[in-house]
Amino acid sequence: MDFYRLGISEISARLEKREISSREVTASVFSRIGSVEDRIRSFVTLTGDQAMDMAEKADREIASGKRNTLSGIPVAVKDNMCTKGIPTTCSSKMLQGFIPPYESTVTSKLLEQGYVLTGKTNLDEFAMGSSTENSGFFTTRNPWDTGRIPGGSSGGSAAAVAADECIAALGSDTGGSIRQPAALCGVVGMKPTYGRISRYGLVAFASSLDQIGPITKNVRDCAVLLNVISGRDPLDSTSAPVAVPDFTARIGKDIKGLKIGIPKEYFIAGMDPEVEKAVRDAILQYASLGAIPVDVSLPHSGYAVATYYVLATSEASSNLARYDGVKYGFRAEGKDLIDMYMQSRAQGFGAEVKRRIMLGTYTLSSGYYDAYYRKAQQVRTLIKGDFENAFKTVDVILTPTTPTAAFRMGEKTADPLQMYLADIFTISVNLAGVPGISIPCGFTSGNLPIGLQLIGKHFDEETLLQAAYAYEESTDWHRRKPNL
Amino acid sequence: MNWEPVIGLEVHAQMLTDTKIFCGCSTLFGSKPNTQTCQICIGMPGVLPVLNRKALEFAVRTGLATNCTIAKQSRFARKNYFYPDLPKGYQISQYEQPICEHGHLEIVVDGEVRRIGITRIHMEEDAGKNIHEGTGGFSYVDLNRTGVPLMEIVSEPDIRSPKEAAEYMRKLRSIVRYLGVCDGNLEQGSLRCDANVSVRPAGQKEFGTRAEVKNINSFRYVEKAIEYEIKRQIRVIEDGGRVVQETRLWDANKGITESMRSKEEAHDYRYFPDPDLVPIMVDQKQIEKIRAALPELPDAKRHRFVKAFGLPENDADMLTAERSTAEWFEAAVRAGAQAKAAANWIMGDLMKLLNEENRSIDDCFIKPLQLAGMLQLIDKGTISGKIAKSVFDEMYKTGRDADAIVREKGLVQISDTSEIEQVVDEIIARSPKEVERFRAGDEKLLGFFVGQAMKATKGKANPQMLNDLLKKKLS
Repeated sequence: MDFYRLGISEISARLEKREISSREVTASVFSRIGSVEDRIRSFVTLTGDQAMDMAEKADREIASGKRNTLSGIPVAVKDNMCTKGIPTTCSSKMLQGFIPPYESTVTSKLLEQGYVLTGKTNLDEFAMGSSTENSGFFTTRNPWDTGRIPGGSSGGSAAAVAADECIAALGSDTGGSIRQPAALCGVVGMKPTYGRISRYGLVAFASSLDQIGPITKNVRDCAVLLNVISGRDPLDSTSAPVAVPDFTARIGKDIKGLKIGIPKEYFIAGMDPEVEKAVRDAILQYASLGAIPVDVSLPHSGYAVATYYVLATSEASSNLARYDGVKYGFRAEGKDLIDMYMQSRAQGFGAEVKRRIMLGTYTLSSGYYDAYYRKAQQVRTLIKGDFENAFKTVDVILTPTTPTAAFRMGEKTADPLQMYLADIFTISVNLAGVPGISIPCGFTSGNLPIGLQLIGKHFDEETLLQAAYAYEESTDWHRRKPNL
Repeated sequence: MNWEPVIGLEVHAQMLTDTKIFCGCSTLFGSKPNTQTCQICIGMPGVLPVLNRKALEFAVRTGLATNCTIAKQSRFARKNYFYPDLPKGYQISQYEQPICEHGHLEIVVDGEVRRIGITRIHMEEDAGKNIHEGTGGFSYVDLNRTGVPLMEIVSEPDIRSPKEAAEYMRKLRSIVRYLGVCDGNLEQGSLRCDANVSVRPAGQKEFGTRAEVKNINSFRYVEKAIEYEIKRQIRVIEDGGRVVQETRLWDANKGITESMRSKEEAHDYRYFPDPDLVPIMVDQKQIEKIRAALPELPDAKRHRFVKAFGLPENDADMLTAERSTAEWFEAAVRAGAQAKAAANWIMGDLMKLLNEENRSIDDCFIKPLQLAGMLQLIDKGTISGKIAKSVFDEMYKTGRDADAIVREKGLVQISDTSEIEQVVDEIIARSPKEVERFRAGDEKLLGFFVGQAMKATKGKANPQMLNDLLKKKLS
């Protein structure tokens, strides 16, 4: 049977009743991978052998009555989260051959809950990009149109979920890297509140913005996965000492009277009219469910992309300084030590990573720091203030996730600025540290998925999930599958 | 022209925490290279630092002891530079918001009290060590030290002479040792000193151009290196040149400082707040708790020693330089020793013996109670001060009590008048020439008679009684 098509909740229910085994589910997922992966290329590393061992272990646990939340569920993990004993490359030549001797906190939590790792998914190198075209290895294809990109940087995870190459996946989101590919692949993707989830073991791109989150086939699965990975971690000082509720608790509760803010700055010229229409229709749908749309303003939105590219690149320039070819990963030959360092970095990093390292090095430099880094921090505070103001009157904010549906491969690679604008609607959320979720809200005439984004208050993922589920339940966009 | 030196010191103090500042690795000195490391201190991909609360407490303790204001909120920043012993490519330090600011401490130089301002104290992680010697032409990197917590204590440019600089260093060392936050060992590098030195015409307000002198790795070089640098700068100016802003290295073998890099070659460290570490919050309650647990500090102890024990300032200063010495002294006094006598023995014989062996007062055999016991024997006249010296040596070597040594070696002083009188009579009888000369006014000969008498009694004659008797009989 095609178990691979199912979500976490459906498989868990069947596993619990022992109608099926994790081995069967895992085998089904891997047979699916076998039939579609050469067209999609979601995975940098497939972990078939480990997966079957993990599945057997899960079956034993289930048999002995010790079923955990993710027992026997095949999950894919973005290849920038460290997995002990399993290569972790960040899709960079720089980390080719790097096998971490430690486990990230999120994957430790998945292990504790009995998950089955299907493999490590492709991304834009070091999570820098919006299409996976910056992967040091290959580009992942959009399952809805393999001539198009899946979005990025968590393009591998989103494509794997959309193509049923896993039951759910983890991504990471620095400026939209979960939500944008989720939208373009027609799946659910959430960036939780900054500090909700430990970043320990997530290879850093921009530490003050990076956050791990779920990419799933439906909203309930998102809540289930969020339950597993959330919580304060003594290994991450920036993880917040905030209580973790049961994120599934309010799923299915009605949303009558829920105030949904519609920011005018997010309906801009140059937006694909089909995307705008789908999102406007979603607002009407929400209204029909009893929610109240309210016009709000996020006046500093126009500065978000610039602010982001100053801060993210500044942090990245420092975070990526450690890759020098000495202790792990790629090393180039050099005529002396300095030459070895320089050659390793010149050959190990791709063009976009180098561009960002240079940009960030510049913005932190003496004489420029005040004009760029400090100024950007000040604007970041203003952007955060925009959300705080808006949330005085509304419960969630609704926007399109992306200005267009999936673009064609190569369409934006020549112009980095065009590529940066793919995240124009998602970046502010990272700057403000608030949670955001993208859910499917329609299709273009070319049968490409469209996503809508809901943005919530700090640590109020519950309301986001409640609102997202209410919409999902009343539509069937999420049930559509690409024809592969 | 008269030149005035302006000196500021940047002192790095390795904190005596058991574990590193951002991970759980041991800080033990001298282990096999790269055995005290983990993925965090060697900066593997994806790892994160978590602040060791003990390091924070130590920094606050030091700040309070040097009259600093403790920041309610401070931050770590990244100092970005590239070096083989720095595995992350940046050092986690503090920059715009240090933990302590606006402190000072007092030093006494040539009888004058000088207040030296402390600009700031900040926490940071140490780097590793590159090893170039004895490695067959290769260079190796040892990361055991990477992540060991340091405090950087930055003084104001308030120091005006090499002597003051050395005194400031001694004072700082004394304080950190009192606090137990640093062992203060310059030779092993647990206390390191860089000096910012400039000169200006006496009376001028503006500072001259400064040079930073690094690599001052021993106490005696603090004074020497600064002295050299001052002379060098004066020479440069008087020869019509200009001092350039630069970093210079002290070469102890040559006794000179040499240019390492100029201002133009200076690193741009691209400091920015470390996003992996949240701001450090310290509330008043925590500060007061740490303040309440501070030990009595050298200055306070010195004042008390002068007041309570009637000691001269110099004695009090010497005795309080090290907490252990001061405590040893107080224990002896508590055991009944007269304060000034105890001070003399400690500063004299005991210090000399300890220095010869490079031994600390805490692990020497003789205990304060035993010194008190010996002093009582002197007071009672059981032994003379002179005999006491050899008794003390024996006590130092063996840790035995004074009275046991005195008894065993028969060192009890002869205080029997008739016994001494007999010896004196014998000497007078066999030295008629000397007696005659003495009586003719050659009073220096008294020493001859004393010497003869002491020789005859093996040094045990009560010196006072012997003197009195000799004078009486010879007059």
